Amino acid sequence: MSKFKFPNSIISRPVYGVLKPRNGKSHLMIADAEGAEALFEIAASNTAIMAKSHILYFPKNTGQSYIKKLEKLNAAQLYIGPSYEASVSRLRRVLEDAHVGLQVYLTGTESLIGQAMQEIVAAGIPHTAIQTEHRGSVARRMQCVHCKGITEDVVTDPFVCSHCGLHLFVRDHYSRRHAAFQGVCVDAENPGDIPDPVELYS
Amino acid sequence: MSAGTNKIAVTVTDIIEVNQLVKRFKFERTGGGDLPVFSGGAHTVVEMLDKEITRLNPYSIMSDPMDQNAYTISVRRDDKGRGGSLFMHHQVRVGDEMVISYPVNLFALDLRAKKHLMIAGGIGITPFLAQIKQLTTLQYHFELHYSVRNNTVGSYVDELTSFYPKNTHIYYSDDGQSIDLEQLLDGQPLGTHVYICGPKDMITWVYETAESMGWPREVIHYEEFLAPQSGKPFEVLLEQSNKTIQVGEHQSLLEAMEAADVDAPYLCRGGACGQCETNVISSEGQFIHRDHWLDDEQRKSGKKIMPCVSRFEGKSLVLDR
Repeated sequence: MSKFKFPNSIISRPVYGVLKPRNGKSHLMIADAEGAEALFEIAASNTAIMAKSHILYFPKNTGQSYIKKLEKLNAAQLYIGPSYEASVSRLRRVLEDAHVGLQVYLTGTESLIGQAMQEIVAAGIPHTAIQTEHRGSVARRMQCVHCKGITEDVVTDPFVCSHCGLHLFVRDHYSRRHAAFQGVCVDAENPGDIPDPVELYS
Repeated sequence: MSAGTNKIAVTVTDIIEVNQLVKRFKFERTGGGDLPVFSGGAHTVVEMLDKEITRLNPYSIMSDPMDQNAYTISVRRDDKGRGGSLFMHHQVRVGDEMVISYPVNLFALDLRAKKHLMIAGGIGITPFLAQIKQLTTLQYHFELHYSVRNNTVGSYVDELTSFYPKNTHIYYSDDGQSIDLEQLLDGQPLGTHVYICGPKDMITWVYETAESMGWPREVIHYEEFLAPQSGKPFEVLLEQSNKTIQVGEHQSLLEAMEAADVDAPYLCRGGACGQCETNVISSEGQFIHRDHWLDDEQRKSGKKIMPCVSRFEGKSLVLDR
């Protein structure tokens, strides 16, 4: 099961939809890990779309599980990279050559969706025109509001900032500019009074 | 008083005949002093005291948004209209004192755009003239595609082609020239926003073509002022004010409310902004919706009307105003 229904939260928290094929001259699909499953579904719902699609895919901890099936989609271009971070320059190059009418589909973890959206918005597509679908892990990309350092793949609340070592409370307060949720010191009032970490959404 | 209805007393300091259809008017603050800075695309509502009728018509401000000395507008004469443009053309003289509203912008540039693609038809050029001045100051990238009948009635064609020869593309429809729209929209760099001002058909054509080519709604901007159209006279009961008013053949519902001293909100007076949206308490008859504001569902519900352009035909109409 790669789908998870997030409970309702504050307005700042991103909400995700279900990818739907749209009219467009070309399509850019960026996915990581279980996001591959959303790509299979969109390909099945519209078989013509793949001939005009460029897929950037990052397996993360899913290894080879989805690769063969992705290759069988016969996308116009399929790039499988070691990590999103390592492919940013490639993505920027793709966006530089792109034209209005390009449809963007982001799917997989919140970290991937948020970071790819940052690049695409900077390239000139309004964030409301970008489709997203969450799949797989509910781990979060967190920014420490104190030292500003980013900790990836946070799965417990509270967690330890990987930069300054403070114990941070996981908030739903999200920054589109940083593509990260905000983490706030959990024991500021009573130093040392740190609740036991609980797995997110457990 | 609703927002945007702050008034400025001005004096007409210049009137230029641009061509056989269009006159340009220059307004300076009466008694001197600066006018507010505005943003390209803004309009002002000009009050015209035409005998017993007060006309309030919106016109795009075409002068440099940073020029606080004067505003200029261009008025195209509409011989079949309700008389506002004829009043401007025939009654207004240099030295006249008039009242205009503070500028209101319902057609603003999205300055996040990497390129501004402008498509103008006829007198729809006026908001672009101010926007082009703003974009030139900011050194932003724009491209103008301007369709007119011919050079004789093509307002500001010569100025645009001499000041911005590389950005301006003119199409004379009398010579069979037209914008090759699909070709134009295809291949625009990511981050391009398109702006349309002109006749309704042109707006629909560009909007629908762009949408079918995958342009996001958020990057398509347009402005069309609807002039209120004449129609059968009708009677309205305004419940809050406890007044029954008659809407004349050549009067809009909004104008009739104003004539009865009812303080009704408005901004654009052209069916675009939504400010004058009014709740219907009860009705027996047919609404004639002419605005761009209400969606199909709201129209079907019979619970809303935009008094600036829409009318009513039937037995009775009661409004929450």
